[in-house]
Amino acid sequence: MTIPETSAPLPAAPAPAAASTGTEPAAVVRGAVPAGSTGGSPQQRNARRRSSRRAPARRTLTYAVLVVAVAATLLPFAWMFLGAFKTQGELLRRPITWWPEQPTLDNFLVWFNELHIGTFFLNSVVVAVFTVLGNLLFCSMVGYALAKMDFPGKRFLFLLVMVMLMVPGVVTFVPLFVMVSKLGLVSTYPALILPFLAAPMGVFLMRQFIMGIPDSLIEAARIDGAGELRTFLRIVMPLCGPPLATLGILTFLGSWNNFLWPLVVAQTEDMYTLPVALSLYSTGQNATDYGLLLAGSVLVITPIILLFVSLQRYFIQGVAATGIK
Amino acid sequence: MATTNAPPAGTKPPAGTKSAGRPPARAKVRAGQTRRRRNALTAWLFALPFVLIFSVFMLGPLVSSFLMSFTDFTSRDIENPLAVGFVGTDQYAALFRNPQFLHSVLNTAYFVVVGIPLTTVLALALAVALNNGITRFRTAFRVGFYTPVVTSIVAVAVVWRFILQPDGLLNVILGWVGIAGPDWLNSTTWSMPALILLAVWRNLGTLMIIFLAGLQAVPGDILEAAEVDGANAWQRFMRITLPMLRPTLLLGTVLLSVGFLQFFEEPFVMTKGGPLDSTLSVSYFTYNQFGFGKYGLASAASYVLFVAIALLSLLQFRALRSKD
Repeated sequence: MTIPETSAPLPAAPAPAAASTGTEPAAVVRGAVPAGSTGGSPQQRNARRRSSRRAPARRTLTYAVLVVAVAATLLPFAWMFLGAFKTQGELLRRPITWWPEQPTLDNFLVWFNELHIGTFFLNSVVVAVFTVLGNLLFCSMVGYALAKMDFPGKRFLFLLVMVMLMVPGVVTFVPLFVMVSKLGLVSTYPALILPFLAAPMGVFLMRQFIMGIPDSLIEAARIDGAGELRTFLRIVMPLCGPPLATLGILTFLGSWNNFLWPLVVAQTEDMYTLPVALSLYSTGQNATDYGLLLAGSVLVITPIILLFVSLQRYFIQGVAATGIK
Repeated sequence: MATTNAPPAGTKPPAGTKSAGRPPARAKVRAGQTRRRRNALTAWLFALPFVLIFSVFMLGPLVSSFLMSFTDFTSRDIENPLAVGFVGTDQYAALFRNPQFLHSVLNTAYFVVVGIPLTTVLALALAVALNNGITRFRTAFRVGFYTPVVTSIVAVAVVWRFILQPDGLLNVILGWVGIAGPDWLNSTTWSMPALILLAVWRNLGTLMIIFLAGLQAVPGDILEAAEVDGANAWQRFMRITLPMLRPTLLLGTVLLSVGFLQFFEEPFVMTKGGPLDSTLSVSYFTYNQFGFGKYGLASAASYVLFVAIALLSLLQFRALRSKD
């Protein structure tokens, strides 16, 4: 129990909380148990339970602040969902109303019956699925090469990947568009998918994880006569579940919400993805049809919110692991 | 590597192998070379799909944008790119004389300098509260704060434009506490604060999760020891948690500043850079120049931004490494 230098002079008098714990040493672990850990010795758990009785006022205050903060964070979504069921007249009325007075599904019906939302939805799904599959395969292949093989140019390749992580999107935007249009790919699936098929972030993520796989495992497979492809498919990939889940989820999210590039290359209505369609309708002749736009927003975000809530553990692990959304 | 490929002529083999070892050793070297060459080929085959996509869709555009920034390339030159004139650093000089560009630099700086500390402090406060202050509903809170991160900016913009109207939801709520809110998106003074608010809302969750992971790595026994020695919660936080969280804080702010310097989507969907360029960012300026067909100038502007981001990241990473 040594105190690091950083915690230098401390007041001599014990804090009231520490004093009230009496003589039982285990009781002082209050706040020291990492959050999320469900384990801990029985003594620690007792201590935590006792400490929560000790500072009920402060804990209640923390809960109150957090509840207000989370309510403020989610308020725009609540407003969006409620607004989607209001009539245009009610949305324009002032002062504003909270609960829809005459809830209506008309806003949604316009999307389904007149605006081909099925096509946009299908486009978003196709683009996202291919982008995810490509990233899972290609990023782990190159990640394996960078992590476990020796070859000339390896350091240079990795350096390029790292540099690319810092390049602002706007730098490559127009040369990319010029090239895609010269290739005649405007308004095609390849234009929407190819540029995102192997993201540097994914390469970095896979390389970092695969480096942590013991060499002995891979050596053993090689000695047993397995070729590199077999080693990769049979030994490495089955161990890569967690980073593949992270990569898959983050790629899906990025693809689903991707906006500027699809807006520029999807120039015919049959190629619009959901965000593109919503964006074009919100600047076009429907710009003041708030009910329609709010319903469209609900339709765009609902699938991703459902996915997020059901897979939230993996989302959060992923963000914590890579630091990149 | 090089020494095993071809042993230098002068080196003597180890004593034991002197008599009989030579010819087999050479054969082994040759076999090793073949194997190494085959291994290198295999490795490059594994890297091939990525390398192809990376070269064509990232590296190529990156290089051509760089070259373009030293020419007077405009949209009319697309058909015959070799006819453009080399103008040296003229585009860069023109850029720094362009009042609109300088305005966009100031706007981006405003956004970064206010937005990053605000997001960081709020995210840290939330992470600490979730880590230490409560015992239940932790997952629910985490999901709640993270939800804005996963939602499409286009969808979010629809509802925020609605909320930020002069008589919209935000001003109604401000009215409850006696504040008469401005016409947020149509005021040169308030448009940027409104976009900062939106950006903080959208980025808080990411940073909070990163900080939460960092907090969970702070060893409990040190905090425990400090508490035994009578340090109160605030002292423990300032003297132990915060110093130990330093690498995480730096990582978080690096990522956030790389994102915030590229500030584009918020004004694009909310204000179109207005009113009167008050929310025009460097990325947005660049995008507009591309739209006007001034590819040379736009490329130069995008490289200025790239250099700024690279320098800032390098600085922050150096600070991070020097502490390890």
